[in-house]
Amino acid sequence: MGLMQADHSTGNQEPNVGEFIDKQKLTAPIKSAVDKFALLPEFLKVRGLVKQHLDSFNYFVNIGIKKIVRANDRIVSTVDPGIYLRFKDVRIGTPSVMVDTISEQLSPHMCRLSDMTYAAPIMVNVEYIQGSHDQKTRVEKNDVVIGRMPIMLRSRSCVLYGKDEAELARLGECPLDPGGYFVIKGTEKVILIQEQLSKNRIIIDTDKKGNINASVTSSTEATKSKTVIQMEKEKIYLCLNQFAKKIPIMVVIKAMGMESDQEVVQMLGRDPRYGALLLPSIEECSGLNIYTQQKALEYLEGKVKMSTYASYSSGKENRALGILRDVFVANVPVHKNNFRPKCIYVAVMLRRMMEAMLNKDALDDKDYVGNKRLELSGQLISLLFEDLFKTMITEVQRTIDNVLTKQNRSSRFDLSQYLVRDSITNGLERTLSTGNFDVKRFKMHRKGMTQVLVRLSFIASLGHMTRVSPQFEKSRKVSGPRALQPSQWGMLCPCDTPEGEACGLVKNLALMTHVTTDEEEGPLISLCYCLGVEDLELLSGEELHSPNSFLVIFNGLILGKHRRPQHFATAMRKLRRAGKVGEFVSVFVNEKQCTVYIASDGGRVCRPLVIADKGVSRIKEHHMKELLDGVRTFDDFIREGLIEYLDVNEENNSLIALYEAEATAETTHIEIEPFTILGVIAGLIPFPHHNQSPRNTYQCAMGKQAMGNIAYNQLFRMDSLLYLLVYPQRPLLTTRTIELVGYDKLGAGQNATVAVMSYSGYDIEDAIVMNKASLDRGFGRCIVMKKYSDTINYKYENGAADRILRPPRTEERERVLDDDGLAAPGEIIRPGDIYINKESPVETRGQLKSAAALADIKYRPNRSTFKGPEGESCVVDRVALSSDRNNNLSIKFIIRHTRRPELGDKFSSRHGQKGVCGTIVQQEDFPFSERGICPDLIMNPHGFPSRMTVGKMIELLGGKAGVSCGRFHYGSAFGEPSGHADTVEAISETLVNHRFSYNGKDFIYSGITGCPLQAYIFMGPIYYQKLKHMVLDKMHARGSGPRVMLTRQPTEGRARNGGLRVGEMERDCLIAYGASMLLYERLMLSSDPFEVQVCRVCGLLGYYNQKLRTGICSTCKNGDNISTMKLPYACKLLIQELQSMNVVPRLKLAEA
Amino acid sequence: MSKQENTENKKFSIWDLPDVPMGQLPPHLQLQRTRVVCKADAPIHTDNIIYSGAYASMGIDNSVHLGSFRDNFKVEVIRLTKDDMEFDMIGIDAAIANSFRRILISELPTMAIEKVLIANNTSLIQDEVLSHRLGLIPISADPRLFEYLSANDTPNEKNTIVFKLHVRCKRGEPRRTVYSEELKWLPNGSEFIKESEKVDTKPSTYTSFTCSQDSLQNSSSKPIGPAEDKIILAKLGPGQEIELEAHAVKGIGKTHAKWSPVATAWYRMLPEVVLLEDVEDETAEELKKKCPVNVFDIEDIGNGKKRATVARPRACTLCRECIRGEEWDKRVALRRVKDHFIFTIESAGALPPEVLFPEAVKILEDKCERVITELS
Ligand code: SF4
Repeated sequence: MGLMQADHSTGNQEPNVGEFIDKQKLTAPIKSAVDKFALLPEFLKVRGLVKQHLDSFNYFVNIGIKKIVRANDRIVSTVDPGIYLRFKDVRIGTPSVMVDTISEQLSPHMCRLSDMTYAAPIMVNVEYIQGSHDQKTRVEKNDVVIGRMPIMLRSRSCVLYGKDEAELARLGECPLDPGGYFVIKGTEKVILIQEQLSKNRIIIDTDKKGNINASVTSSTEATKSKTVIQMEKEKIYLCLNQFAKKIPIMVVIKAMGMESDQEVVQMLGRDPRYGALLLPSIEECSGLNIYTQQKALEYLEGKVKMSTYASYSSGKENRALGILRDVFVANVPVHKNNFRPKCIYVAVMLRRMMEAMLNKDALDDKDYVGNKRLELSGQLISLLFEDLFKTMITEVQRTIDNVLTKQNRSSRFDLSQYLVRDSITNGLERTLSTGNFDVKRFKMHRKGMTQVLVRLSFIASLGHMTRVSPQFEKSRKVSGPRALQPSQWGMLCPCDTPEGEACGLVKNLALMTHVTTDEEEGPLISLCYCLGVEDLELLSGEELHSPNSFLVIFNGLILGKHRRPQHFATAMRKLRRAGKVGEFVSVFVNEKQCTVYIASDGGRVCRPLVIADKGVSRIKEHHMKELLDGVRTFDDFIREGLIEYLDVNEENNSLIALYEAEATAETTHIEIEPFTILGVIAGLIPFPHHNQSPRNTYQCAMGKQAMGNIAYNQLFRMDSLLYLLVYPQRPLLTTRTIELVGYDKLGAGQNATVAVMSYSGYDIEDAIVMNKASLDRGFGRCIVMKKYSDTINYKYENGAADRILRPPRTEERERVLDDDGLAAPGEIIRPGDIYINKESPVETRGQLKSAAALADIKYRPNRSTFKGPEGESCVVDRVALSSDRNNNLSIKFIIRHTRRPELGDKFSSRHGQKGVCGTIVQQEDFPFSERGICPDLIMNPHGFPSRMTVGKMIELLGGKAGVSCGRFHYGSAFGEPSGHADTVEAISETLVNHRFSYNGKDFIYSGITGCPLQAYIFMGPIYYQKLKHMVLDKMHARGSGPRVMLTRQPTEGRARNGGLRVGEMERDCLIAYGASMLLYERLMLSSDPFEVQVCRVCGLLGYYNQKLRTGICSTCKNGDNISTMKLPYACKLLIQELQSMNVVPRLKLAEA
Repeated sequence: MSKQENTENKKFSIWDLPDVPMGQLPPHLQLQRTRVVCKADAPIHTDNIIYSGAYASMGIDNSVHLGSFRDNFKVEVIRLTKDDMEFDMIGIDAAIANSFRRILISELPTMAIEKVLIANNTSLIQDEVLSHRLGLIPISADPRLFEYLSANDTPNEKNTIVFKLHVRCKRGEPRRTVYSEELKWLPNGSEFIKESEKVDTKPSTYTSFTCSQDSLQNSSSKPIGPAEDKIILAKLGPGQEIELEAHAVKGIGKTHAKWSPVATAWYRMLPEVVLLEDVEDETAEELKKKCPVNVFDIEDIGNGKKRATVARPRACTLCRECIRGEEWDKRVALRRVKDHFIFTIESAGALPPEVLFPEAVKILEDKCERVITELS
């Protein structure tokens, strides 16, 4: 379309200039700013917030698993090759669990509550040989279960898929929960998105010494390898793990059958500079006297590492060739020992290196997002499954071989019985619950791949699902990978990254990002050939780099070249827009490298953009109207070629206008909405574009700690720790993102009326002053729920069991117990109260006892007592009984504690401005305005100048306008031009209309003196979050208390009722002040004083003999020269430890 | 200062200047003393000059005289409805007006639910939260008829009001909302039987009433109960039930905001808008348009000329629109009269606002008396 139009218009331009201008104006298509925002909710409706996880898992379930099984579909006995089993088909059923041989449907919430794994059976159709030697029959069997696959929530195979709100509620599920995680043994586990360097791509880089190298990480179904070609001292070498030393590249090329130096030079291109750069390498090769393939192979043979490739089956001669074929740039396939594609690949690598040498700009950027691939749960699980499946196959093979070699085997030999199911089930479950991926075939040992889903707040769990974790170790002090990459635009959130060591490495996806899954390569390759790509086989080396023809590289594989690359690219794109080619296939013309890259591999990040023809959006008013009327979906937009997905590389070929109005004739695409460059969490910040950027980053970290609602089913969940707000509100100043993700339904904060002024001096260092009346009325009130659990062992070794007794009700601490021996829900529980009146048998080991012996077995009380904060009243919220995997009774108690804010609790606005509560002041002392409005909290204005959070000020203005006019105001990022954020001018006007000052400052009376204040006070509502850090959980002090056994010093930490340490710096202060006796007391008397007997002669420690009542030196064997002195016990310990190492520390005493 | 002025100044010695008129403040000091001037950037002269000898050099006695106070003090009720009242208090110091405000908010006693005995609560709302909500319900009962319940008192008819709430949503019924009107007053005290150790003794309840509270309720006043009927307490799903008893006791807002008899009580100083120069024609129109509450009017001054006048200064909310912009602060001055308070009381429902204020005055009186007795 675009091209034809272009032709048309150039045809028109001919006649004369004056007319031409007019004509162009007249014929120019009418630009109309269509509000494309409505696309966003539609997009998220179709894809969900965690679509990347779901897509990836769905791909695995629908396609990936079938591919794996098809690739390894046979189990053949090595003893009798006639006996085999063939997997014909595989599919994953609905989640269920086997309860006494009956399969029972599972719902995720059931699994959460009863510590089960949400998994579905993997069912295969098999065909196998039954019987033995003489009477073999082929049998088919359908739906054989070979294991259980944990199912991702909300994926295609999940029971929640496609359910509406009411159905979800019936299943105990929150409709706002995005899914995308697994439930393993009752805990929710997320497989983090892993960021990697892309596979099978040539990356030109420099190493530490400044040498240019080209590296390829090859990854095929069979092998993974890394090939590095390096320039060192003008010469080019190959580094490969399988070779002990660096190999001159010319030798490698010759070994692959390209014996002529001329051909190699030709393949690099006509330019003499390339030839000159290669010359030293050619000379080196001839210096080695290698001119033929034979010679080269012999040379390589000598360099092969002995140990690594010993297992290679074919004889010694072929080893080098084998390595070249299978390991060296393994992604280029070698058919029938035709090494030509590989030679060309090497030539392209060399050429790119030389380009980089001549021009530093040609170096690749490793941090460029286009060179990155995101590995998602589906890919990781498929790796894991493949490994487990293969292990199972070899296991089965081994067992049937064993059975078959046995002489007296029964004639009824049923192969399908030997399919074990536990290895796959357990393997998957173990890996997902520990997060340690160990795939031996690929030498993959990765730790911490899965994490427990954070359920601190709704937003925290959402943020967890979009997190991208890096592959590098975090400790490296490099700035490159941590820096914000321009290519992250729209793909990864620029704000949301943690502070500290993982800063910049851990990233989060932006709102509209999509991560691709693999796409079938075959049809695409043939399509390329159909579109005029000249096959590599038919090209001579010379032609390879001939000017104005472009190489076509498909997923890192050189297909051939094309003479009209732009045509080719446009054709491909047109096919994609027409839906003939997958929507995520990217076409990227690299003019500098004279290459067309086509990519269909998985893990690329891409995002949807509106297509524009000569700067005019393809989306018109009527399209959007249809969308709003519900007759058009987001997919229709893609299908009709109005919107397309661009990945990072293809973005380089396009000119994207932010708004339609800004589009020029060259514009190819238009952004859907600018605020989608931010992620889910950064999207909660109102007016983030007015803030200093680190503030937004801080808020992203803090938003996850805010208390609020976590899900609609929060009160039915059994989380080990749950923070809830009693009266959560939706923010007065919202953003579009808030509405899209449902934060307005599951808010985590309250709209507090804030006065920005100084008050009482208890507001220094960001502390806030709170109004007691507001707290009385419920501001900042929160509920903390903790889980306490215990198991009742029903079967000890000797058959005895625990028991729960009805309490005799004689003691005060049995108060909360019900008649069943468990604490009753609704009871107020105090520290020291018993909540399970359990008794355990005294004897649990030994012989299995008879029923009679069991009856009179002895029990000892084994009660669980509640340990909570002293002086606080906690309440038993819920009691849940379930049986665990060993069929023991597991009892869970949820204990609830409602807290009102107190001095030192942490609060934060949505702009990275945290502060603790500095003081709580009576309402009558608080200032009040002309209209009787009294603020809920007072914030010190010194928080503003250095933080530069202008967004917070605008939030206050907008919130004030919002409450006075009754309309929620918006503050989406960059939203002013498109109307998704209210402008300050408009807000001020609303304020004036509602009789406030345009600048939001009110005339305030002091509540203490009753006189007006000498300044107008900036006052209005700001959304405040209560953070989970509360004084009650942290405050700690002790007098005397427990000590560590080894050193006899006080213990450490609040949990162990530890002492407060006089540290190094405190010690320094005391020394400087000269308080030596205080130091003596703190470091010795209050810590670990100990009396020792020291021998004045030998200087060693003696002992005190109780009978003789004297100290005795055990070395001198007498007690004549013993002195008694005080020493820290730790010092005595050190002396003795040194002695045990054969070091003799001697104490020399002097008169004090 | 220009040169001309300088030379002029030289000619005059300080003694030539006219005397400061004795017994009368010069206008700028008078303004400072009686008005808060609200400039565009900040209000000035906000404080009261309290020192009696502040103007002694001008022969003016700044001390407060009871007689003149008695003559000048005025209270005018502007608006009085069931639960709010606006009145002007003229001729009084800010400190005293503020005392009334503070007493109203935090020291006037009311009755509020303090103790909730929950027999059954299967609803979604937690016991503590439900109790908190119950506590915040304003109770319409005259607190003057009750005594404070101290720590070792037994709850009796003189210090406790007992309510019960028993609601249930039957299975099969739609969800229902529990409103405050469902709180039932138990004039005879608690009905919950206390568990006691001794079996034979007469069962005791959680209160020990000697007589019914029915007599407290005279026909004129509202029956004892929640001041508002439609306060949502909880929502019940099918099969859920709440059964509880709530004990209301007397307390003051200082302890907890639930005992505060007012939603809020506040005052503002009487606005005074002054045109410093004649504002005519277009500027007048502009000025009129600027004010969102129509403080200004336009009057015809003949021959087609118009002039702005200040018609309704009382309505001014001090939005400072009329002094926004370059010129405007020279034309208009916004001021507040320091001894004229527009007092507003919004009652929470326990007592009508016209009763609240005299009560507050009484408390202040008591306090003063206490100080006097302590001093003498
Ligand atoms: S301050 Fe505002 S309300 Fe008052 S007179 Fe001026 S414009 Fe009107």
